[in-house]
Amino acid sequence: MTDAIAQFLSERFEYGATTVLIAIGTHALLVKKNLVKKMIALNVVQTAIILLFIAMSLRRGGTVPIIAPGAENADVIYMSPLPHVLMLTAIVVMVGTAGVAFALLIRIYQRYGTLEEDELLERRQ
Amino acid sequence: MISRFDSVVVRTAAKILVPFIQVFALYVVFHGAKSPGGGFQGGAMLAASIILTRFTAAPEISLRYLPDLWALRLGGVGVLIYAVVGLLPLLWGAPFLDYGALPIPGVHANEVRALGIEAVEVGVALAVAGIMVSIFDDLAPAGRRERPSGR
Amino acid sequence: MRFWAASVVVAVTVLLLLAGGSLPPLRAVDSPISRTVEAYYVENAIRDMDTPNIVSAILADYRGYDTFGETTVVFAAGLACFLLLRRPL
Repeated sequence: MTDAIAQFLSERFEYGATTVLIAIGTHALLVKKNLVKKMIALNVVQTAIILLFIAMSLRRGGTVPIIAPGAENADVIYMSPLPHVLMLTAIVVMVGTAGVAFALLIRIYQRYGTLEEDELLERRQ
Repeated sequence: MISRFDSVVVRTAAKILVPFIQVFALYVVFHGAKSPGGGFQGGAMLAASIILTRFTAAPEISLRYLPDLWALRLGGVGVLIYAVVGLLPLLWGAPFLDYGALPIPGVHANEVRALGIEAVEVGVALAVAGIMVSIFDDLAPAGRRERPSGR
Repeated sequence: MRFWAASVVVAVTVLLLLAGGSLPPLRAVDSPISRTVEAYYVENAIRDMDTPNIVSAILADYRGYDTFGETTVVFAAGLACFLLLRRPL
């Protein structure tokens, strides 16, 4: 049992760290009452997922995935370029999501005067 | 948030830095094929330079720099560039977004694809920069539109 | 309420730890994806499109359709922000 945990921490440490971040973000998303805090927790979860994918792109002894001029046929180990591509899209989608979410929060505040979840549920009745 | 910053140091530093940030952003966009960078990174830096002027300079100056609705139009132009460059190969019978089928005279097929990649990166940079500045302009009215009524 | 929140968090954590245990170990040079998909991209980026930056080559040409969809999503988000906040309600 303990050497399974030791092996997990030595080979797959980044998976554990990212799982902790996602757990913190999900807990805050479900438990906090203020809508802005929920939005920040969502941002934490998205950033943790981006970190997970970029950590998966590492290779032992690898370098940046840009082919140096003159070394086209050399035997160089490159880091994996695929998670970087996917995460560029994910970062821009994060920004778009945050923008629309804060626009909605501004409209909610203009209409109801509060951003706490329980007061909003009362004022909607 | 869009108002003249109080400190002379901050205003002067921003005034000096903004042109350098923009030149570096253009460098990052156009050298996306040879060095780290590309459309998204350069577009975010362009948006950062314009948002820096929005933060530090007076509204008359920063709105003259990029007027009120032009950021959204810039974003739309970026998406339009990407769509047009993608639809052009259809005129020559090739699938959508297949840049290698454009018969530019005297240029080898894989260099035509490199030119297609450059055009698409410019479109993506304009789209990302325009939309980021537009979201900032919408979220921070600073009294030019109605304030939250706060019941 | 707190019981449901705690159970959801525990379930997510357990699932992610199990998934992390079954994925290939990090920094491995011989995982299946680096032998097939990424080897193709690394070998053929210069031959197909004369672009040393493999990330830009994948983003703009090999997977250009995804980038087109993503640019449309960014524009839709900006448009949604505009329509939400500039209309005098």
